[in-house]
Amino acid sequence: MENDKLKIGPKEFSSRLFTGTGKFASNDLIPKMLAASGSEMITVALRRIDFTAATENMLEYIPKNVTLLPNTSGARTAEEAVRIARIAREVGCGDFIKIEVITDMKYLMPDNFETLRVTEILAKEGFVVLPYMLPDLPTAKKLEDAGAAAVMPLGSPIGSNRGIKTKELIEIMIENCTVPVVVDAGLGKPSHAAAAMEMGADAVLVNTAIATAHDPAMMGKAFAMATRAGRYAYRAKMATVGKTASASSPLTGFLR
Amino acid sequence: MEITVNGKKEDVQQCSILEFIRQKGLKPEVVVVEYNLNIIKRENWAETRIAENDNLEILSFVGGG
Repeated sequence: MENDKLKIGPKEFSSRLFTGTGKFASNDLIPKMLAASGSEMITVALRRIDFTAATENMLEYIPKNVTLLPNTSGARTAEEAVRIARIAREVGCGDFIKIEVITDMKYLMPDNFETLRVTEILAKEGFVVLPYMLPDLPTAKKLEDAGAAAVMPLGSPIGSNRGIKTKELIEIMIENCTVPVVVDAGLGKPSHAAAAMEMGADAVLVNTAIATAHDPAMMGKAFAMATRAGRYAYRAKMATVGKTASASSPLTGFLR
Repeated sequence: MEITVNGKKEDVQQCSILEFIRQKGLKPEVVVVEYNLNIIKRENWAETRIAENDNLEILSFVGGG
């Protein structure tokens, strides 16, 4: 499938698996995971420095050919998210930004209303905006109108590894959205990623399930293969589902 | 003089942003500085003097999903 690149904003991606840098036991594992998975875009976060702890520069662990997707995690309002996005771009992270505005600290549900406000502001400033959202078609259409480069509905709560609990809502988005739909959050194992891709999602974003696996590089590769398998299946158009058997060998007796 | 650093009041001597970062024991290449709500590029840290009531946010990139 040579002609199956995913275009988001000005960039084309061969890999439909996007990854994250959170929760790795050691930052050294990140470049290994990227090499094994072939992921071409990875999220990073921005935080106040803890003066009592040693600080590493996360960006040093990300090869230059991988697109940085800074997130606005920690933002509780549109204004905070805008501020984080501008800082990330100013320091050379590029134009891609994952909008994450969260006030619910138990389930980490994104606030679609604030997310829409941020998208309107940042798209006008030339950012390539990828909003993390609750799967809801009307909001997705408004995000598109506001200039979002993709929409990223959640499968289940961040880090929960529960898989795609919002399946039908995401299917409605896939059917009706014109920008790419990236299933983000909750994908806990490769089969979840394959399921998302079989549904017709354009890409998946996986962090916790890879980062906290015993072998993140191998799990990254497993997710990459599953993402690819699901994409192939979607493109191949799956066979129909029936209730009763449909013989795959001739039904006549062997010698009669 | 008193300034605000990452949301906390601090009493500091006259210095530049670069000197302040070094005093904190930080490697300049790992941090991002927001100074009174503006990003100050690393090459301008040495010439930017911290003044009374300034607001500094000292940030860095960390892992996140």
